[in-house]
Amino acid sequence: MRKWMLAVMPLAIGALTATAQVKKPATAKPAAKQTAGAATATIGRGKLLYKQYCMSCHQENGTGVPRMNPPLIKTEYVLGDKTRLIGILLNGLNEDVEIDGEYYSNPMPSQAALKDQEIADILSYVRNSFGNKASTVSAAEVTAVRATIK
Amino acid sequence: MLMQKTKVCLVVALAMTAITTSVFAGGPGKPGASDVKPDANNAGLKLPAGFGAVKVADSLGRTRHIAVTANGGIYIKLDRARNNNGILYLQDTNGDGKTDKKTSFGAYGGTGIYVKGDYLYATSNEDIYRYKLDAQQQVIDPEHPETVVSGLINRRQHESKSIVLDDNGNIYVNIGAYSNSCQTKDRTAGSLGMQPCPVLDSAAGIWQFKADKQNQTYGDGVRYATGLRNVVGLDWNKSANQLFVMQHGRDQLHDLFPSMFTEKQSADLPAECMYALKQGSDCGWPYIYYDPYQHRKMLAPEYGGDGKKTGGENAEDPVVAFPAHMAPNGLLFYTGNQFPEKYRNGAFVAFHGSWNRSPENQAGYYVVFVPFKDGKPSGKWEVFADGFAGPGPVKSPGDAVHRPCGLAQGPDGSLYVTDDVKGTVYRIVYKTK
Repeated sequence: MRKWMLAVMPLAIGALTATAQVKKPATAKPAAKQTAGAATATIGRGKLLYKQYCMSCHQENGTGVPRMNPPLIKTEYVLGDKTRLIGILLNGLNEDVEIDGEYYSNPMPSQAALKDQEIADILSYVRNSFGNKASTVSAAEVTAVRATIK
Repeated sequence: MLMQKTKVCLVVALAMTAITTSVFAGGPGKPGASDVKPDANNAGLKLPAGFGAVKVADSLGRTRHIAVTANGGIYIKLDRARNNNGILYLQDTNGDGKTDKKTSFGAYGGTGIYVKGDYLYATSNEDIYRYKLDAQQQVIDPEHPETVVSGLINRRQHESKSIVLDDNGNIYVNIGAYSNSCQTKDRTAGSLGMQPCPVLDSAAGIWQFKADKQNQTYGDGVRYATGLRNVVGLDWNKSANQLFVMQHGRDQLHDLFPSMFTEKQSADLPAECMYALKQGSDCGWPYIYYDPYQHRKMLAPEYGGDGKKTGGENAEDPVVAFPAHMAPNGLLFYTGNQFPEKYRNGAFVAFHGSWNRSPENQAGYYVVFVPFKDGKPSGKWEVFADGFAGPGPVKSPGDAVHRPCGLAQGPDGSLYVTDDVKGTVYRIVYKTK
């Protein structure tokens, strides 16, 4: 498997570079910029949506409310498996959450009424705020999880 | 083990005799003095002139409600059991105000704890248990309590069961609503209220049971009062011979109905209400909320309200309306003689502190006092003990160093306050000098 990949990679990279060069000469930089720009945009939109839909329970600084609403800071729930995280927003969560030995009991309502892009924006913001650093979430990822529900 | 316990009991009994003698030097009627020396900084609390505070104990876990026996022993309920122990028993064997002996039992978490007669009553989030006390008011058999009531609703929201007893052998328990405002979809923007609200059948009220009857459940109890979203602080007012409760008012008017309520209105509405109950009282949840500015019961937006329409003509009016969202977790009518005359029969309320006022600063995190005369409030409420949360403003509840929760009165008239962040227990005394 690995050997096969190693063998193909130079070819693939070569091909990519070739196509890129055909399309646009200095492609590497703008592409990265574009990605960074997209991330900034989704996180920015997410911040506004977070304020509207999440802040009162999870708080402006993501610390949550002791015993009731869990914090969103450096927890596996937020930084780990995106499918589970997206699922929590779509389904809500009605079970005890344990984080670092503390328990949080308030049920979370489903946010399924939000658009896939809005959920992606909120999660991208949460995964990159309050000291968190993780990949952004795309609308396509939310769509994929939504398709598995119902 | 049993031998050791007996020995300890003897030693404690002797010590208690000594303490009792010193504390009750003028009898319990001796006003204006406690022999306990307050901590240099009053344990970080801001108190009215003449009062002081001692940090009785610290780092106990999430200490919720508290009961102090006639011997000065302290029972505390922990939110979650620690090593299978959810009840603490603390003793101050040398009378310096700090507890120096701790035992624990009861393999369940919860909030409610109360001592009445020869029994200690304690609750999990579903059940009520009681433990027989000996002559020193110590639990005889911590491993085998009687189950008084079981199977009360716990759906994690407003799940705590607080309790109080009257003088006629009845126990009152809060069963909180497993909902914010009985919306078809709980806490979901725009979702309307269920009509009639089905939560009221088995929750959102105070139920009355027999204190001495075992294995009761819903069918054995009486729905004593309804339309109460969630009550954590409650007490039996002896001078009015009546149950008083503090309701946690509804959340998120702006989040759920942004076109009708601004963020500011949502932070300021509705009032946290004190109600004087009688059997059959309906306090109106979820159909109404109380607006402390208009002094009116308002129709909830889930039920056709818009912030202007009133409602609930037959619902109780509050006897005191406090600022919104401050989360009253403890209520105590003061019957001691240690504090000055104005405090006699008045109400202390411990406000756990809000979480639901952002983006504004949070509020509460203090103990207030309401003067009472003939079973009715006789003046404005005032902050009595402040400083629990620490020096800065509380932007989010996580900023609060301590949060007051439970209240109890000691045999010498001292006021005990628990904190469920750090597990600190405070004792507030009136100083001799």
